[in-house]
Formats: sequence, C-alpha cells, structure tokens
Amino acid sequence: MKRLQFFSDPPANLENVGEIRGKLIVVEGPDGVGRSTQIAELKRWLERRGSAVIETGFTRSTLAGKGIKLAKQGHTLGSITLFLYYATDFADIVEGQIIPGLRSGYIILADRYIYSAIARAVVRGADPEWIREVYGFTPVPDAVLYLKIGLNGLIERTINSGKGFNYWESGMDLRLGNDMFDSFKEYQTRVLAQFDRMSEEYGFQTIDADRPVDEVADDLRAAIDRVLTLA
Amino acid sequence: MPLNGLTDQKYPGRLFCVEGIDGSGKSTQIALLHEWLRDEGYAVKFSEWNSSPLVKATTSRGKKKQLLTPTTFSLIHATDFADRTEHEIIPYLKAGAIVLCDRYAFTAFARDVARGVSPRWVRQLYRFAAAPTVAFYFRVPLDVALDRIVMGRPDLKYYEAGLDIGLSPDPLESFKLFQARIVDEYERMVDEFELTVMDATKTIEEQQRQMRSIVKKFLPRRRRLGAGKTEPKTEIRHERQEIKSEQKSA
Repeated sequence: MKRLQFFSDPPANLENVGEIRGKLIVVEGPDGVGRSTQIAELKRWLERRGSAVIETGFTRSTLAGKGIKLAKQGHTLGSITLFLYYATDFADIVEGQIIPGLRSGYIILADRYIYSAIARAVVRGADPEWIREVYGFTPVPDAVLYLKIGLNGLIERTINSGKGFNYWESGMDLRLGNDMFDSFKEYQTRVLAQFDRMSEEYGFQTIDADRPVDEVADDLRAAIDRVLTLA
Repeated sequence: MPLNGLTDQKYPGRLFCVEGIDGSGKSTQIALLHEWLRDEGYAVKFSEWNSSPLVKATTSRGKKKQLLTPTTFSLIHATDFADRTEHEIIPYLKAGAIVLCDRYAFTAFARDVARGVSPRWVRQLYRFAAAPTVAFYFRVPLDVALDRIVMGRPDLKYYEAGLDIGLSPDPLESFKLFQARIVDEYERMVDEFELTVMDATKTIEEQQRQMRSIVKKFLPRRRRLGAGKTEPKTEIRHERQEIKSEQKSA
C-alpha cells in the first residue's frame, strides 16, 4: 500500500484518495509503434496470473471521446483547443477509471499518458511548462515503458499495419511537407525527439521496439514483473 | 490590467468583456454597447461564453448526464474558450476589430474555484487568453440578482445551482450558497486583475452611459478597418490609471 502521488495538485475533491493497492503502468511510444497489440497481450497475460486489469487510453472517455473524434474530422480544430479537449478527455479517464481502479487494487495499463500529450503539444508550439501544468492533476505512474523505434521502423510499421499515413499522425495540421509522407517524416521525427528528451527527465524504461513483436513482448513482461515484485 | 498570467495582446483590436453573477444585468449592458459601437461605425465581433460549435455538444451532454466533476467542468469550458479564442477572438483582434465578450476567463476563475478547483491551476489553464482592454465587473447584491434570476427562471439546472458540490439538497438554497461563493471569488479578483467595477443597482441607462464613457477612451481613432496603416496599440495601463483618478474625483 502506498499513497497516490500526483504531478501537481490532485483533482478537486480527490485530495484525500488515501492509500492505494493498484499499479499504474504506462506504455508510451509514437503512433503505430504497436502499443495496442502489446497491451492487449499484456492484459491477457496478467489476467492469467490472476490480476484484474483495466486497459485505458486517450479519447476513450465517456465525456469527451466522441466529441474529439468529431472535432478532428473537421478542418477548424485549433491547436490549443485540441490540447485542452484531450486534457478534458484524460481528466475524465483519470477520475472515472484510473483513480477508482487504483483504489480497488487493479493494474491499470495505460495506452499513452500525458507524455504523448506533451510531445504533441510541444511539437505544435505550446509552452512545455504550460501543458505540464494543465496535466498536473494526473497520478504519477509506477512505470513508463517506452517503446522506442527509429523513423524507418515506424514508417514500415505504419504501412504494414494497413492503416497507413493519416492526417493527424502525419501532423498535416502543421503542413510540414508537401504530402502525408513528407509531413509524417518531419512530424514523427520531432515527436520522437520529444519522447527522447522526456525519457531521462521522467525515468522511462526504454524498450527497443525495432524488433519482432515477441521479443518486445518478452521485455515488456519482464519490466512489469519487476514493477509488481517491487510492491 | 495586470496580466497575472494572461497573454498580453499586441494586436490593433480592442477587447472588452463583462463579468458578474447571473442576474447582474451584464448581458443587457454588453448588448447595448454592441449596438452603439456598430452605430458609431466600428467593426464589432461578439463572442459568448460556452458557445463553441466544436465543444458545445460535449458540454451539454456532460451536463445533462451529470458526468462533470469540478475538474472536467473546468477543462471543458476552457476547451470551449480556447476554440473561441482561436476563431472568434484573436483573428478579429488582429484585424483591428472591437471584440466584445459576454463572460471571459474570470467566469471560470470564479465558478471553478467556487467548486473547489485550485485557483492557481485554473489561472494557469487560461494563460493563453488574451488580456482584455477593460474587464467590467457588474457588482450586485446577491438578493437583487437572485430575485431577477428566480423570477425569470424557476427551474434551476443541476450545475447552475451548484448541486454537484453538495452545498444543499434544495436547489434554490444550493443556488444561493453557490452564487455567494462566486461573488466572493469575483470580489477577490477586483484587485488581482483590476476589474472595472460597475454598480449594477443603478439604472440601465446610467450604467450604459458610464460604460460608453470608459470604452470611448480606449477606442481606436480610425473606425474603418484597413484605412491607412495599422494603429499601434494604446498604452492600456497608463490610460486606465487616468480613468481611475477621474472616477475618484467624480
């Protein structure tokens, strides 16, 4: 049992969460690195071992998930609006899933966390201090497993996944190149640089994702094992 | 206005906002101001609290289904405000227009803090907001405002009455207690942001006269947009002090 730590002030009315039994494990990394596939595997693995798992992530809130998806389909979504829409969505996740889950002893597997939000915002010109302040209400995770990949590996995965280059993941709102591919290269290079910068600051556990899925999965399980035995 | 985190706006336009609790008469006053400025030949843009086409639906869904906590209530309104800042406020200030806002960031500072949100955090959240040229605060005794509101709107809504924070199970009682907290927050901000206090118990005509005479001092000399080169921004702080001393001597 331990007390829940927050990056800054806890959300209003949740100042006295008290002791928690659960664990918050974050899987971070750029779009298309294979986070979702890995998390689904980890969930099954943990459940087989007898742990209760909540899988969560961005744009999945009851409150704002749908609103964000709709707003992203249009062409009028400004960058500050986008950041704050994501923060709203994530606050709903934190208050509605993460904190109650941790109190009840769940293992929370978060597909992305504030680091993705910070990376995207900073790449779009936001003040890094500001965006961190905004997300001050989020709990500090027990571990951040960072799936690190080079640009070429990322391009390969993005194409092979069948989804291909999409507007937002190519940073087309910033128009960093003549087409989706050019913009994708530049945008993801900048995002990767932000992740690398945060890696040290926040103590990410880096896992080389430029390898076959099985090998990456082994490393993820080993890292989680270490977090759980520390308890 | 002391910025206290808000963004100093260096655009040729002017930004005036009205603040105060429901029933203070601020919307009536800004509507009259709007008409007058248009008649005077200025290009005017009006922006209203909680009206972003991208965000409104999420907010009303959250309210209807009572999904909002103090933190998400604060964030969704900041998101709405961000969209209007990016689309209805900044571009018009750049164009040299007069932007009028019915409620501004101060509404969030008052309401969200009344709900228990950290005053520091919510001020950080709105750091992207352009500092207004003048922010009018319509000060009104609570019972006068309550009379105006409850007469016109007998069923108080859940969040409007502050029922989400459990001050009282009775909507009217809760509304009163919640509004009293909001007034406390506004009063705290009068000095913090140098809000221009309006006595909202005066007649509508008197208040409007006073508002126009204050606004007049900050208006650009040129009314038509793009006529000649852009006029530099006036020294807002300096002029504001002049007004204050005039008000005192009056």
